[in-house]
Amino acid sequence: MTLPMAGTSAAQPTRTKKPDAATAEQWRHWLRQMFLIRRFEEKAGEAYSLGKIGGFCHLYIGQEAVGVGTMAALRDDDYITASYREHGQALARGFSARTIMAELFGKAPGCSGGKGGSMHLFDVSKGFLGGHGIVGGHIPLTTGMAFAIKYRNTDQVAVCFFGEAAVNNGAFHEALNMAALWKLPAIYICENNRYGMGTALERASAIYDISERACSYDMANEVVDGQELLAVKSAVERAVRRAREEKAPTLLEVRTYRFMGHSMSDPIHGHYRTREEVEDQRKRDPITLWSQKLIADGVLDEPGARAIDKSAMDEVEDAYRFADEAPDPAPEALWTDVYAPVEESR
Amino acid sequence: MATKVVMEALSPTMEEGRVVEWKKNEGDPIATGDVLAEVETDKAVMELVARAGGTLLKRVVPEGTTVPVSQLVAVIGDKGEDISALVGGGAGNGGPAAQTTKPVADTTAQRTSMPPAPPAAAATESTAPAPRPAPPPGVSPAPSRPGASPTAAAAPGDGDRVKASPLARKIAAERGLDLHGVAGSGPAGRIIQRDLEGVAARPAPGPAARAPQVPAVQPVPAGEPFRDVPLTQIRKTIARRLSQSIGPIPTFYLTTEIDMERVAEARDALNARGEGRISFNDITIKATALALRQHPACNAWWQDDHIRYWAEVHISMAVAIEDGLITPVIRHADQKSLRQISAEAKDLAGRARERRLKPEEYTGGTFSISNLGMLDIDEFTAVINPPEAGILAVGRLAEKAVVEDGTVAVRRRMRITMSCDHRVIDGATGAEFLKTLKAMLENPLALVW
Amino acid sequence: MPTLTYRDALNQALREEMTRDDRVFLMGEEVGVYQGAYKVSRGLLEEFGPMRVVDTPITELGFAGVGVGAAMVGLRPIVEFMTWNFALLAVDQLVNSAAKMRYMSGGQVGVPAVFRGPGGAALQLAAQHSQAFESWYAHIPGLKVVMPATPADAKGLLKSAIRDDDPVIFIEGEMLYNVKGEVPEGEHLIPIGRADVKREGGDVTLICHSKTVTVALKAAEQLAGDGVHAEVVDLRTIRPLDTETVLASVGKTHRCVVVEEGWSFAGVGAQVVDVIQRDAFDELDAPVIRVTGADVPMPYNKQLEKAAKADPAKVIAAVNRVLYRG
Repeated sequence: MTLPMAGTSAAQPTRTKKPDAATAEQWRHWLRQMFLIRRFEEKAGEAYSLGKIGGFCHLYIGQEAVGVGTMAALRDDDYITASYREHGQALARGFSARTIMAELFGKAPGCSGGKGGSMHLFDVSKGFLGGHGIVGGHIPLTTGMAFAIKYRNTDQVAVCFFGEAAVNNGAFHEALNMAALWKLPAIYICENNRYGMGTALERASAIYDISERACSYDMANEVVDGQELLAVKSAVERAVRRAREEKAPTLLEVRTYRFMGHSMSDPIHGHYRTREEVEDQRKRDPITLWSQKLIADGVLDEPGARAIDKSAMDEVEDAYRFADEAPDPAPEALWTDVYAPVEESR
Repeated sequence: MATKVVMEALSPTMEEGRVVEWKKNEGDPIATGDVLAEVETDKAVMELVARAGGTLLKRVVPEGTTVPVSQLVAVIGDKGEDISALVGGGAGNGGPAAQTTKPVADTTAQRTSMPPAPPAAAATESTAPAPRPAPPPGVSPAPSRPGASPTAAAAPGDGDRVKASPLARKIAAERGLDLHGVAGSGPAGRIIQRDLEGVAARPAPGPAARAPQVPAVQPVPAGEPFRDVPLTQIRKTIARRLSQSIGPIPTFYLTTEIDMERVAEARDALNARGEGRISFNDITIKATALALRQHPACNAWWQDDHIRYWAEVHISMAVAIEDGLITPVIRHADQKSLRQISAEAKDLAGRARERRLKPEEYTGGTFSISNLGMLDIDEFTAVINPPEAGILAVGRLAEKAVVEDGTVAVRRRMRITMSCDHRVIDGATGAEFLKTLKAMLENPLALVW
Repeated sequence: MPTLTYRDALNQALREEMTRDDRVFLMGEEVGVYQGAYKVSRGLLEEFGPMRVVDTPITELGFAGVGVGAAMVGLRPIVEFMTWNFALLAVDQLVNSAAKMRYMSGGQVGVPAVFRGPGGAALQLAAQHSQAFESWYAHIPGLKVVMPATPADAKGLLKSAIRDDDPVIFIEGEMLYNVKGEVPEGEHLIPIGRADVKREGGDVTLICHSKTVTVALKAAEQLAGDGVHAEVVDLRTIRPLDTETVLASVGKTHRCVVVEEGWSFAGVGAQVVDVIQRDAFDELDAPVIRVTGADVPMPYNKQLEKAAKADPAKVIAAVNRVLYRG
């Protein structure tokens, strides 16, 4: 059974009026970001199979439009948290491919010093406060960041990415309840990729439309086609306005699809979904949809698209070489960062 | 750099030594190998030699003092060197001298460095109103369940081990106290700090105060040929059952009376040659050695998990000395002439009484002979000298009326009693051996056959 | 010096620190309108308003996570658990989020938060409300665990905990809230990680923390009448453990009893004994004995509950054992 996805009717891109030069540049930039994520993840999968990346490694392939579309709607001073499938959001947020690949390789110049790995990417300067490894565990943290925003009375927002499987866990409900209760500027982005590891949504949740969960908290909510970049961006923009102006939270259910297995140690199909389903979903590859739109709108041609892809591939190759050659953390790093350095304590 | 001189283990079983006489004075120049002092061990008086050269800076203990092995007795160094740290430091294993000794004290300490109490069931334990003995150190702290009774049995191999708290051991080491003589008032006789309060200035008890210890296993003389035979099941059963019955050594005794007329005649004739006197004891040694050659089953050691049958015969000869007993060994007694045996026995006995035997001269025997005939003892039983399996107790030569060919005659007779370790020697085996020995002594020509 | 209850000393510390630093706020169940389940936060809502004294739903996992998240972006939350029994629901946030954040971010993100509330047993609250969890949290690198026993220590340590840049597990004693003692006014800071000799003595060391300090002091008083001079060492901080003070005392007395409220298995005392056996082995004249809570869920019945708790009689029995007395 193939359940309907949001926006499945969009087989052919709708032609809009030709954008101005700045917008066109922006659009091409988003395409490059999606290519960068795709090529990065492919390379990460290759490195994993070569043993250069260890532990768990969850790829974002198929979900690129969610990360890129969301970041396009945010400001540099906003806070972002994510689950352990967060390479894509980090790249979209502007991490260099080098620091992420180095982190995946466990190397010293990695964005978390080689001590976090694939599941724990951090860059405070970008407001990116972690990939988190416990399903749902970071949702209350985001509520706390939104609380801090309200406490300090700024107009930042706090954004949280999590999968649809997390909505059945207590942390999700507790966090959303408080955010709505206290009117906090939080945006909860549920990337509904249909499967919590190998368990389909309808086998784990009593209701199919996750967005309806927000009704329990009288929270604004929306279902979004996660394969359409602009659909994601505009939905997040509405949520951002609600957060900045009304200090009110939003739950976005972004329907997307994971083209790869749950992690590198899982099969793409397995027993839980069919090859046909995956092939069917691949027809709505967010990168294809976006590049077709750009071509249709006349801001890009085929060679231009290939050139963008090529430049993304080059960046990934460079990141791979960088990570491969980068040094391991110093042995002393084992003992640092457990507690604050004494001299920093007040 | 000053060097510590410590009491060395000068015999295989030595745990402490008494400084009999210092051979060097403080300030004397010392060369490596110089004799510093004479030390009385549990077996003999030995020489303590310098392991480093320099000047004898300090004699830490006075003559007559008994100190445990590895404890500081003197310091050698450069003239004028400050050795206060060394001397104040008590027993140490720092200097080269110490390194050449067996670190007896250290091993003991390590053996007690077990967690002192089981960690589990602490609530139950701590709420118990009455003190109960803690499990002995050495028992591994297996997680005991609440209410489970503590393992009260002594740890295996606990025999001579001193139980003392770590603090007591530290204090003893600092003050040079021997914990062996101290009565412990803690659980299972553990020596604790308060037990050392009165002991501070008391010299440790000398060897006389303690029963001389018989080594459990004598070192095997290097290069000696022998044959180790694994225990058969029946031999194991015999060993176990008999040990339970008598234990630790299940001993039985065989006595026979030997007509010594012809031995006496032969001895008189030999002595009449004026080339030194042969004693009955010398002849008994020779005869025993030859008889053992024919009965190797009696020329053996009990080795707990096997029996070692010796292919060579070394007779341990019990010699009474002033404050005990020592058994110098006549090696290859079966191959030596009576004159050789006689001369060797005299020499060994003399030096034994002066306590000047070397360890290798009183270890490694395969069978023992104890003779109390000269003290007018008719017959007696001797105690086996383990790991040897047999000992012959020799009584006096006495004139007796015996019936011979239907008439009463006066003959010189001698009663011998053999103590046998039943784990090694069965009754018939021992009897066969004695029969051979008796035949040899009654026909002394067999000695030279 | 004014005499305050332990409760009011904590209240004073909260008030002073919230006045001193506007990043500091208090959140938890009943901390505001109700004035605190144990009245520790009495008067704070009126003084600081609802944004800084935040009543939460009964949602321990959620608001512990809110505290961690707020701390990650620069606030200094004080998260009150009505009791530490309820904080079991929040352990994921304390262990997986608070304790790990600095490390797994390569030092970028710290969590300067205090998690506080009463721990251990009060009276006849039965199994689910009578538990001492300090050893759980002390097991976790990245957390600090603080347990004051007196009003002065409560104030001084809470102020230090609030100013600390790392997550601090601050476990109070329900039975201590009414204990009175002299408390210095104003800037009174007690460093985290420093034990305190509450009574000096040369014969035996009693190591204790939180409520068992009172137990140990009572035992010491009785022992003194019997000619035994016990030294009472209050750990005050469980992690980092002040091994120096512990070893100095044991080096002096050579005998030691470790008293704690929690269960014995893998308890705080087990860690203390490990330090002693390793670093003071040659000083020991007797095995170290522990007095702990009975290894059972807490019973409701009054007599059974009493039997399950550490008390002076049990401490004295243990002292007699390490002294090899009758």
